[in-house]
Amino acid sequence: MNNTEKYTQAFMDAFSIDAETAKTLKFQQIPAWDSVGHMGLVAQLEEQFGIMMEPDDIVDLNSYDKGREMLASKYGVDFSA
Amino acid sequence: MTEPLFSLDFCGTAVVTDDGRIVSYVELRQLAEDWAAKVPARALVFLLVGNNLDSLVAYVACLNHGIVPLMLDARIDAALLQRFIEIYRPDFIWRPSEGGYVLEPRNTPNGDTSVSCVSCISWFENNKLHPDLALLLTTSGSTGSPKLVRQSYANIRANTASIVEYLKLDATERPITTLPMNYTYGLSIINTHLSVGATILLTDKTLMQREFWNFFTAQQATSFGGVPYTYEMLDKLMFFRRKLPSLRTMTQAGGKILPELHRKFAEYAQREGKNFVVMYGQCEATARMSYLPPERALDKVGSMGIAIPGGRFELVGESRSGGVGELVYYGDNVTLGYAECAEDLAKGDERHGRLETGDMARVDDEGFYYIVGRKKRFLKIFGNRVNLDETERLIKGQFRDLDCACGGVDDKMRIFITDQTQVQAVRDFVAEKTHLNFTAFDVQFLATIPKNASGKTLYSELP
Repeated sequence: MNNTEKYTQAFMDAFSIDAETAKTLKFQQIPAWDSVGHMGLVAQLEEQFGIMMEPDDIVDLNSYDKGREMLASKYGVDFSA
Repeated sequence: MTEPLFSLDFCGTAVVTDDGRIVSYVELRQLAEDWAAKVPARALVFLLVGNNLDSLVAYVACLNHGIVPLMLDARIDAALLQRFIEIYRPDFIWRPSEGGYVLEPRNTPNGDTSVSCVSCISWFENNKLHPDLALLLTTSGSTGSPKLVRQSYANIRANTASIVEYLKLDATERPITTLPMNYTYGLSIINTHLSVGATILLTDKTLMQREFWNFFTAQQATSFGGVPYTYEMLDKLMFFRRKLPSLRTMTQAGGKILPELHRKFAEYAQREGKNFVVMYGQCEATARMSYLPPERALDKVGSMGIAIPGGRFELVGESRSGGVGELVYYGDNVTLGYAECAEDLAKGDERHGRLETGDMARVDDEGFYYIVGRKKRFLKIFGNRVNLDETERLIKGQFRDLDCACGGVDDKMRIFITDQTQVQAVRDFVAEKTHLNFTAFDVQFLATIPKNASGKTLYSELP
């Protein structure tokens, strides 16, 4: 799996959704992405990429796109492959 | 009802909303009066609420004008709402729609749905509402149970006064909302702060959102409340590193917090000169029954504290000193009783100030209480009571061809089902019905549910 796939998989596992739904998702758009689900998503991302997210980043992570941008710029995750 | 529940007789700010609206007490009183002018006293109204101004105004209007609200989450499942409507036959529903909140007449003479028709007050069958009845709340995060708790004006006054006393609340407080208004703990924060002329910071944002913390800081919040899961989230957010100079008090209720977290937050509070107050309560006791005085938070880790002013506890069936018994509470905040049908709303006080909590507890030699277990089969999930037997019935009602058994611990229900192909379907179904995140439900396949000779599930034999 490349990093984009791993990233998408984290959303799919955290919210029990398919890849298509994951790719346009925003916070609270589906019942599963509430504050409880958010904790689960952060745990998935931290495990998938072996990182520890900063609290400021956790509260800024409010969409699929935003998280991807954040992981690339702040946690050195390379999505180009 | 002799006088309005909320005097609103203050000169300061009552509410600040997260979209920048500032509402004085004078304005709130006017808004509530305008709202109440459209609804006759003793009407039954369903309020579909969120932490927003429209919800707060309607609630205050009801309580101050003898209108009886049932508080429901604005995001309530449509089928469940329909069930409540059929059972309790509300006169009005206050609900959000595209252009803002609307007051929808439901139960008017001759099917006339114009608001003006409410002048035919004598028609209202809900004149049968008992004169002491002030407010209705649901009993749980809802497995579809239509059971309601009936609270009186005297209940709310008593509980409000004692909470104000032990938390030492005054007009300088600025609580930020972290709990829903239809949830007894969230509502008690609103009641107590309105009664002292404090400023409520009203937001529907969660602590997992940047906007929440911006609002918190900009508006200098002084307190918030949380269920055990709230504190787990705060821990993950490294709350202890955050500089929040305006914060004075954190309260915790809605289930037993893990002792490690209790200690962590109590230590933080001591270090930073803030208060961490563990409390215990139930909707059936209006809201609060006990509190752990913040100065004892560290040497009584794991305790729910002592009875609130005006209340007292007793352990029933206690075998010996220091033994475990069912926790029974006495106080003026013990509610009238339950309602299971519209006719029950005419009933008066059935409890007479005594509440069997269903929780098993022990008491130490200084009189501090500790919850050690439950008499009834339910879990607290993210602060919401979820009945295990009701969940089983719900599952069996939907999935006719399987057998199931529910158990587990707070924040994690374990559901065993006898059909391997339905694991995910059952999980999603229960999450949808309870309106709780699916991660709280661990569904597993089990070929047969262990039962005794008379067909009762043997929960102790579940894996």
